[in-house]
Amino acid sequence: MSISVNEENVILRLSGITKRFPGTLALDQVQLTCEKGKVHILLGENGAGKSTLVKIICGVYKRDEGTMWYDGREVHYTDVRQSMDAGISIIHQELNLLPERTIAQNIYLGNEPMVKGMKGVVDYKKMIRDSKELMESLGLNMNPNTLVKKLSIAQMQMVEVVKALSKEVKLVIMDEPTSSLTSREITKLFEIVERLKARGVAIIYISHRMDEIKRIGDHVTVMRDGKYIDTVSVPEVDLDTLISMMVGRRIEKMYERNYRQPGELVFETNNLCGYRFRNVNISVRSGEIVSLSGLIGAGRTEIAKAVFGDEPIEGGSYKLYGKEIRRTTPRKSVRNSMGLLPEDRKIEGLVLQMSIKENLTSASLGQVFKGGILRSAPEDAIGQKYVEKLKIATPNAEKLVGELSGGNQQKVVIGKWLETGCKFLIIDEPTRGIDIGAKSEIYHLLDQLVGEGYGILMISSELSEVVGISDRVYVMKDGEITGEVTRENLTQEAIMRCAVGGEGA
Amino acid sequence: MSLKAKNRIDLLSRFLILLVVIIGLAIMQPGAFLSVSNLSQVVFQQTPFTLLMAFGMSLAIISKGIDISMASNMVLSSYLSASYFQAGNYLTGVAVSLGVGVLFGLLNGILISKIKIEPFVATFSVDFVALGLAYVVCDGKYVYGFPDGFRALTNGALIPGLPNIALVTILVFALLYLLTKHTVYGRSLYSLGHNRTAARLSGMRSDEIVISVYVINGLLASLTGILYLARLNAADPTIKGSLTIDSLASALIGGIAFGGGKGSVLNTVIGALVIMFIRNGMNIMGVSTNWQQAVVGFVILFSVFYEYALNHIMVRFADKRGGKSAQAA
Repeated sequence: MSISVNEENVILRLSGITKRFPGTLALDQVQLTCEKGKVHILLGENGAGKSTLVKIICGVYKRDEGTMWYDGREVHYTDVRQSMDAGISIIHQELNLLPERTIAQNIYLGNEPMVKGMKGVVDYKKMIRDSKELMESLGLNMNPNTLVKKLSIAQMQMVEVVKALSKEVKLVIMDEPTSSLTSREITKLFEIVERLKARGVAIIYISHRMDEIKRIGDHVTVMRDGKYIDTVSVPEVDLDTLISMMVGRRIEKMYERNYRQPGELVFETNNLCGYRFRNVNISVRSGEIVSLSGLIGAGRTEIAKAVFGDEPIEGGSYKLYGKEIRRTTPRKSVRNSMGLLPEDRKIEGLVLQMSIKENLTSASLGQVFKGGILRSAPEDAIGQKYVEKLKIATPNAEKLVGELSGGNQQKVVIGKWLETGCKFLIIDEPTRGIDIGAKSEIYHLLDQLVGEGYGILMISSELSEVVGISDRVYVMKDGEITGEVTRENLTQEAIMRCAVGGEGA
Repeated sequence: MSLKAKNRIDLLSRFLILLVVIIGLAIMQPGAFLSVSNLSQVVFQQTPFTLLMAFGMSLAIISKGIDISMASNMVLSSYLSASYFQAGNYLTGVAVSLGVGVLFGLLNGILISKIKIEPFVATFSVDFVALGLAYVVCDGKYVYGFPDGFRALTNGALIPGLPNIALVTILVFALLYLLTKHTVYGRSLYSLGHNRTAARLSGMRSDEIVISVYVINGLLASLTGILYLARLNAADPTIKGSLTIDSLASALIGGIAFGGGKGSVLNTVIGALVIMFIRNGMNIMGVSTNWQQAVVGFVILFSVFYEYALNHIMVRFADKRGGKSAQAA
């Protein structure tokens, strides 16, 4: 281990942790040491074993080998309740709140303060008072009587945080807490993290985002394929080194922009209106990647859905290869040579229970199978072609798509649209939940497609990728386009100025 | 484990269930059950009616729906067309029967795909509508006595030794097998059974395909109705009997799973044989119809449990093998 720890401050020490599942070694001799008042980042790609490790700490899983010392003694938790009572709290990535209940009721769910001497009768006054106090101590100004369903996603996340801290905590585990937050809200969350540190709480922070590591991390432990790689001190390490530790090889170039030569106009909207967006005028040329940026809920995905025909167009129109379109359906859009790589590939993009080759032909069945009769030869050829071209990591194209990793699944969705012969693609959050290595491959692939003359409209919440690969960026706020940033001026700050609007814009 | 291997193991295991049922009955009732006449009676004369219904039930379940209404659709379409067949007016009879069948199938399809009513609720209601209408139209007047030429439809044997009813069923099976397994239509049907959203967003005609499934079921219902008229020599609303529950049990024990997208009409054939052999065995042993009801209900529960257990075992097995090959590599 290459960090020095102050033994007195150690609250959690794991060593030699091994966990086997049928057929796989999920954790192999993993170690972790957390100190009071320090943020310990747990870094690793999907499947590296981070969540398994966290579940062992909380007592969801039982370790097969190794020791866990917590708060001065060796512990064997067999139930989440035990670890909670010992002061370990976890903030999940998904929200686990009851929308029809108030903030205060959610914070004290299962842990309600009782009226003195009357067991089973909830002391609501105390509950409201306590939750208000608790929120104020964290610098939050929310009314504890507000129904949770009326809050924004970010505020709900904050309620989750407050809930986790409503008990006496010594160790907080945060599992990708910023994945649905905007940069302002992230700042707010980090303030809370700082307060917790000052109180001497130890924090295990799981994240994919490299920029966050430098902002709040003290130590970082890197895991890969269930193995412990190293623990380093954040100020002493550069991000490239961390990435290569995490991926196991050096990624030469994350983003790729080779062949950009915007050609003819492929896609152009004319005062397009729909559910949650109004008067949108945007255009995409062949040979360029145009991004729609903005905060979550700004109406970006809704534009994609309306253009593709999944939701109605309420006003205006758009032109695709010069043809004016006012009403459409997904089937018509596919026939009009447009492809949509949806936000949620598992539900909207793929049939997980079918094979790679069956998914690859799913949007072009009529073209591949003339006369409507299935034949294996053309489908096998298509399977082989895209497995090679897109470097899909699989022994063959017969494998079920559900068994592939996120990055390879996304490649299948891309392949499916390439096979239709379309030249205009809308890609919605193309790298969500995908490992860094695969992300870089997707960026390279997109760059290659643009080189072949594709026009791509990208929707993304990851500013670094927007800045990394786009030629132009439209910024949205509250359903309207508030600005356009061209390549020369493209910085994260320029985008945020338009996205937040008002001050400083 | 590849999907193909999985499906093969699944199908094979269903076949073993059929064997167990046959061997069990052969041991319990060697004389009565194992006779050639009894076996051919079950396979060629009794199973076809249930099987034709079970094909429709299977298509609906593969599309992630269910069709409770087929048996009543059969009753209504056969009753309304009966007098034409009786009069020897075959063309009109067929037109009326198919027309009624398709109409109710279309109604189901539109309720389910366009108005987005749960398939169970939609077809359960339509089932009562159709049966109710049949009783209203019938009003206690049964139509009976059909021309011999018409009755030969079921009872004759175009191919010596193979009753026409069995021949028709084999033809329907072949047609449905080709349609579901070897056409773009079939591929789309399975895709939307697994994931309706992804199928629609890939440009498939998902609504139309769902409607077509229920229309095919309407056609199957009216075909079965015509064959039933020829068999029974009478049109009677009470012929609905236990066809709905038997066809559901056939599909499920055969390996068509409620999750959608799984199994083929070959599974249905095996399932229908299992159910009809069990019923035949119970009849031989003198089990009352009340008890038979309970047994078929139990078979449905068993099928759901079996489906779950089989999946679980296959996943465990795949994990073990995957682990071994990973270690070897």
